[in-house]
Amino acid sequence: MLDVLQGFVHELRAAGLPVSMTENLDAMRAVEHVDIAERDIFKAALGATLVKHHHHWNAFETVFDVYFSLYSPGVDGEEIDEQLWESMTAEAAGGGAGGEMSREELAAMLLEALMSMDRDELRRLAAMAVSAFAGMEPGRPVGGTYYLYRTLRQLDLDDLGARLMGRAREAGEVPDDELAQRLQQEEFDERLRSFRELVEAEIRRRLVADRGAEAMARTLRKPLPEDVDFMHASRDEMLALQRAIYPLTRALAARLAQRRRRRHRGHLDFRRTVRASLSYGGVPAEPKFRDPHPSKPEIMVVADISGSVASFARFTLQFVYAMASQFSKVRSWVFIDGIDEVTRFFQDSDDVTDAVHRVNTEADVVWVDGHSDYGHAFEVFHDRHVKEITPKTSIILLGDARNNYHAPQAWVLDALRKRAKHLYWLNPEPRGYWDTGDSVIAEYASHCDGVYECRNLRQLERFVTTIAEG
Amino acid sequence: MATRFESVPDVIERLRSVDYLSDANIAGVVYLADRLEKPVLVEGPAGVGKTELAKAIAQTTGARLIRLQCYEGLDEAKALYEWNYKKQLLRIQADREHETSWAVVEEDIFSEDFLLTRPLLEAIRAEEPIVLLIDEVDRVEIETEALLLEVLSDFQVSIPELGTIKGTQRPIVILTSNNTRELSEALKRRCLYLHIDYPDLDREKEIVRVRVPEIDDELAEQVARVVRSIRELELKKAPSISETIDWARTLLYLGKKEISPEVIGETLHVLLKYQSDIAKARKELAPESAG
Ligand SMILES: Nc1ncnc2c1ncn2[C@@H]1O[C@H](COP(=O)(O)OP(=O)(O)OP(=O)(O)O)[C@@H](O)[C@H]1O
Ligand SMILES: [Mg+2]
Repeated sequence: MLDVLQGFVHELRAAGLPVSMTENLDAMRAVEHVDIAERDIFKAALGATLVKHHHHWNAFETVFDVYFSLYSPGVDGEEIDEQLWESMTAEAAGGGAGGEMSREELAAMLLEALMSMDRDELRRLAAMAVSAFAGMEPGRPVGGTYYLYRTLRQLDLDDLGARLMGRAREAGEVPDDELAQRLQQEEFDERLRSFRELVEAEIRRRLVADRGAEAMARTLRKPLPEDVDFMHASRDEMLALQRAIYPLTRALAARLAQRRRRRHRGHLDFRRTVRASLSYGGVPAEPKFRDPHPSKPEIMVVADISGSVASFARFTLQFVYAMASQFSKVRSWVFIDGIDEVTRFFQDSDDVTDAVHRVNTEADVVWVDGHSDYGHAFEVFHDRHVKEITPKTSIILLGDARNNYHAPQAWVLDALRKRAKHLYWLNPEPRGYWDTGDSVIAEYASHCDGVYECRNLRQLERFVTTIAEG
Repeated sequence: MATRFESVPDVIERLRSVDYLSDANIAGVVYLADRLEKPVLVEGPAGVGKTELAKAIAQTTGARLIRLQCYEGLDEAKALYEWNYKKQLLRIQADREHETSWAVVEEDIFSEDFLLTRPLLEAIRAEEPIVLLIDEVDRVEIETEALLLEVLSDFQVSIPELGTIKGTQRPIVILTSNNTRELSEALKRRCLYLHIDYPDLDREKEIVRVRVPEIDDELAEQVARVVRSIRELELKKAPSISETIDWARTLLYLGKKEISPEVIGETLHVLLKYQSDIAKARKELAPESAG
């Protein structure tokens, strides 16, 4: 057991979770009090001792499933490996048909089990479906998603969903109104989702039996939300990022506010202290402090939102506006080859996501052909707004500086920088790509106070901390 | 000190007996906290039963709940102990007339009589079973967090004038956080971590049934389904368990037997706090009642 646990912790660390010595020891103590056969409880015990950040939970779950999917009461992992492997070989030899059960028969049984939500039966059916349809063979270097796809294609869950609704309607369980239909549909969707998870778990179990937990975990390793690359995020990763932004900004805002307070505290207000001491017979029993007067920077964000960097711009705008309380003023512009101020969208709405959506659909950013033209956009920005830049303003430019071989007009940056407190540039491309092809970041860089690589939330957070501290 | 829970099912059962519905995760962590004698840091959205968990544990184990409510600016004097300054001054003043020696006065004013015991010290000194709840710990400043860390490590405190006071027991300690800021790694290492999320359909339905006993099964099911549906929407603030309960009570109070789009339209403000959220949910679930 302790060996498996060590492998498990090792993998968690490899996946980026910061597991300390103490936590490792706690986990070892914890498992003495819980039974590995009680999966949920066993998982709770490991989770409580090893995972101290909620946004690491998904990564933890994946590794947990891999490492402990084979354990059941009274049997150690290796025995199960053997058994599974044998049955899989047998299946493969029999052409992967998986016994006499036909697709229709299985679907019919599944329908019943889903109607009555019989969990044990569903688990059994998931295993049967994988045997019958996934076509898994030991040693084949194929990913789990492939097998999942093959299995689900045969089962056709969408069709099942429709049939479930049909059944419920026949049975007179769903009144004929839209709300009732919707709620019932959601209930069936939920059941189908949990069945899908059972199929996934079954496939994973067999893959682990075949390849070993370590190798399996390695292939499943994914970046944590804070490390996901803005420019290459999948749909799911985008959602995870989206969810991570808000808590991150709240945490950061609180940290900054605290630091600011601390910096301004400690000035004893002598006059008020003496006055208060009068009620204690002249003993300064209650020291009084001056109120802090935090000074907050003013921010102007100018973002390229052309295709290649759109999601980066979106996350950055969202992040900055979520932090708006940390700045005395935030204004923003977006451009492709034309430029448009979008501050109004954020002022009109108290919903940052919504505002960002309007920025993407309503802002007027195309001038000639809709290919980024930094030079032109900067020139227009300069002409319209240079007078509004003050020594309190920090300007942040966002983009990959891929200028489609237009004139860079780098002089503009000089003019902006002269009036501003700081001029920064955030580039979502890996440093290695800078100044290749049509990227002219070096030319712009020489006119900025700093150019930062900003590929993920972690880097973005670090940067925002720097400017918010002034 | 006898352990308080026999097993995880025992935790679930006994929490249920005081109307707190837990699950394997919550009960598993509570059980471990008891066995390993480690504090639990509970995080999660507002109104999912973080504070209530501590209360329920106290109630079901027959322990006294000692609560340290955290806020910005909470310091050692308010969390641990403080000398009663004013009383001490008065005592000194009174002594001027009697000309007692300073040593005597000093000994006197730093004695038990002048000590103001705050929740943490109260917990350390308690003889009877207690549960210590440190509520909303994310609101305190780093310095106070360091103090908590110290107290939680050894469950003892040294008061220069009185010496070291050591706890006679290791009570269950629950810290809650709304995650308005990251707590220090050191504090997190010290604690077991429990994230409580919105409950699944069955648990929420059960919660409604125990907290609103007059409701019938059918309506409770509908309430839970509608709330689940609303939580699926992208909202500024999803309904919490306490809002679900309030909503169920409202429906009963209004004498509603079942939930129609009109009923939802009329009562959404009980579930949702933001105007934009209400509008969004109404559009999705009660289009007829819009306007
Ligand atoms: N598991 C549960 N079983 C029964 N009732 C619950 C449960 N969880 C929450 N409740 C109900 O919800 C109410 C709100 O819970 P509680 O105040 O503990 O939330 P919280 O997580 O501490 O929220 P906040 O972050 O706002 O402090 C409780 O008073 C209780 O009525
Ligand atoms: Mg609370």
